[in-house]
Amino acid sequence: MNVQLQKSKRRLIDGYPGQLTETMQLYSLCVIPVLLVVIFNYLPIIGIIIAFKDYRFNLGIFGSEWVGFDNFRIMLKTKDFVTITWNTLSLNFIFIVTGTIAAVLLSIILFEVKSRTFTKAIQTLVITPYFLSWVIASYMVFAFLNSEYGILNKILIGIGMKEVNWYSEPNAWPGILTVANIWKNVGMDSVIYYAALMGIENSLFEAAQVDGASKFRQAKSIIIPSIMPLIVIMTILKIGNIFRADFGMFYQLTRNVGVLYSKTDVIDTYIFRTMRVLGDMGLSSAVGLMQSVIGLVLVICTNYASKKIDKDFGLF
Amino acid sequence: MYKKAVSQTILKIALALLAVLIIYPFILLVSVSFSAEKDILSYGYSIIPKTFDVEAYRYVFKNPMALVNAYKVTTLFSVAAMCLGVFFMSMIAYVLSRKDLRGRNVLSFFLYFTMLFNGGLVPTYILMTKYLYLNDTIWVYILPGLISPWYVFMIRTFFNGIPAELSESVRIDGGNVYTIFFKIIIPLSKPVLATVALFLFLAKWNDWYTAMLYINKENLVSLQYLLQRILQNIQLLQNLNYGAVSSLMNELDIPAETVRMAMAVVVAGPALIVFPFFQKYFVRGLTVGGVKG
Repeated sequence: MNVQLQKSKRRLIDGYPGQLTETMQLYSLCVIPVLLVVIFNYLPIIGIIIAFKDYRFNLGIFGSEWVGFDNFRIMLKTKDFVTITWNTLSLNFIFIVTGTIAAVLLSIILFEVKSRTFTKAIQTLVITPYFLSWVIASYMVFAFLNSEYGILNKILIGIGMKEVNWYSEPNAWPGILTVANIWKNVGMDSVIYYAALMGIENSLFEAAQVDGASKFRQAKSIIIPSIMPLIVIMTILKIGNIFRADFGMFYQLTRNVGVLYSKTDVIDTYIFRTMRVLGDMGLSSAVGLMQSVIGLVLVICTNYASKKIDKDFGLF
Repeated sequence: MYKKAVSQTILKIALALLAVLIIYPFILLVSVSFSAEKDILSYGYSIIPKTFDVEAYRYVFKNPMALVNAYKVTTLFSVAAMCLGVFFMSMIAYVLSRKDLRGRNVLSFFLYFTMLFNGGLVPTYILMTKYLYLNDTIWVYILPGLISPWYVFMIRTFFNGIPAELSESVRIDGGNVYTIFFKIIIPLSKPVLATVALFLFLAKWNDWYTAMLYINKENLVSLQYLLQRILQNIQLLQNLNYGAVSSLMNELDIPAETVRMAMAVVVAGPALIVFPFFQKYFVRGLTVGGVKG
């Protein structure tokens, strides 16, 4: 191994006269990608100083006046701050729990069905929503919840209950969003668990069958233990992103209706609204910076945790 | 044996029910779009059209200017971003896959860091509009996010699996890095490149966010954003033809409920048609590169 490495190192430095060395050729390949990342990912980071400024459009980022932590003080004073933080955390928590359970269950059922063509067809269907935009999803939700013509109210009336004006009923939305989240992601999430199940040694199941273990017993003693590390790691990685909400979902499905904000306003929608509607660049970027910093800390911690469990997992 | 067959049947029925539940909303959308407006107004939406009617589609395609234009714009930037993205990302992924290259770890961290921390909405918005002048141009759809670290690492993992002997043989024949990259690496990596291409294409096809933030020019609006505004404001339907005919029509002439859903079907269609063809690739691509290798 060592010899090989040395050999390849030597070859890399070599080059024909008048030609770029191999190292230079390799670097030349990534000039454009690196430039794109610098411009679109690194340059905006300079802009976080806006959070400490009273940003005026005519003065620009560098011309605007420094105001220290004023924007953060304003942020902590608004009552919205508690609402958006709570909504983001609690809804994401619900999404992680329900989403994981649904995906694991689906993958186990898919695994148990032995007909490959059948499982393939089912997989295609359940993955479909993942490839639809939240805009399309909002049309579907609208078809269900629309108070005049919607399916759900038709059903409610059908069973003798009163119709509900869903778009002005905040308390219904955590549930609606949870269902929507499962609907959109369960297929895709189950793919990775399904792949893990396919990797289990077949001899384990054969041995279990010889011992007369029931299906349920097999699930408990073979299936769950073998995918448990994966479940733990996927969950940990998701917790790393618990401060980030799926903007599209919260913005489109609720049709950005103000009445629902008490239950559906999350950090990402708040940042957007503060910038676009209120035009308060300072406050918006203060909230954004807080989100980025907490996100960074969380990702580093959770990544550390998942590496403890299995060194092959984790992002870095 | 008999018991096994029964439990298999039960599982299959459960899965089939689940699949039906999951595609039910889409079927609903399609059937409403093929319903007669008067049925919707008197009975509400239903999963089977009471009267089969294509009036909504006739309406959509009667004044299709805005729709056709949005289709053109969206196709253009989706295809462009897909091609450029796959090309540039595989270039940097190949460099990262060369374990013998000095500075590889620095480059790797340079990419990882963008997954950990970003400037956020406001700084990005100001950069794009005030410094790069990308607002109201087609480039704003294409350039940002062209290099996604997640996909780069996915491609790199795949490249790592290509036997080194193949590159070696090209080198012995006097080929350089570019020959190896274009003649060996790219042709051998179709599954992962197709996966990434599909994801890029669909992400762009589904993009309403960029238009909402950066586009004011009506002729650069993306399909999804057009659709989003129609749900929020049905009046927009009248202006589909840039207001040319709208003054002659009054609101009652629009079969609003069905046209709305017909628009959604027309917009979602291509994504649904494209993806099953790629499925055999992406399930493999995902499970190979989903986790860091």
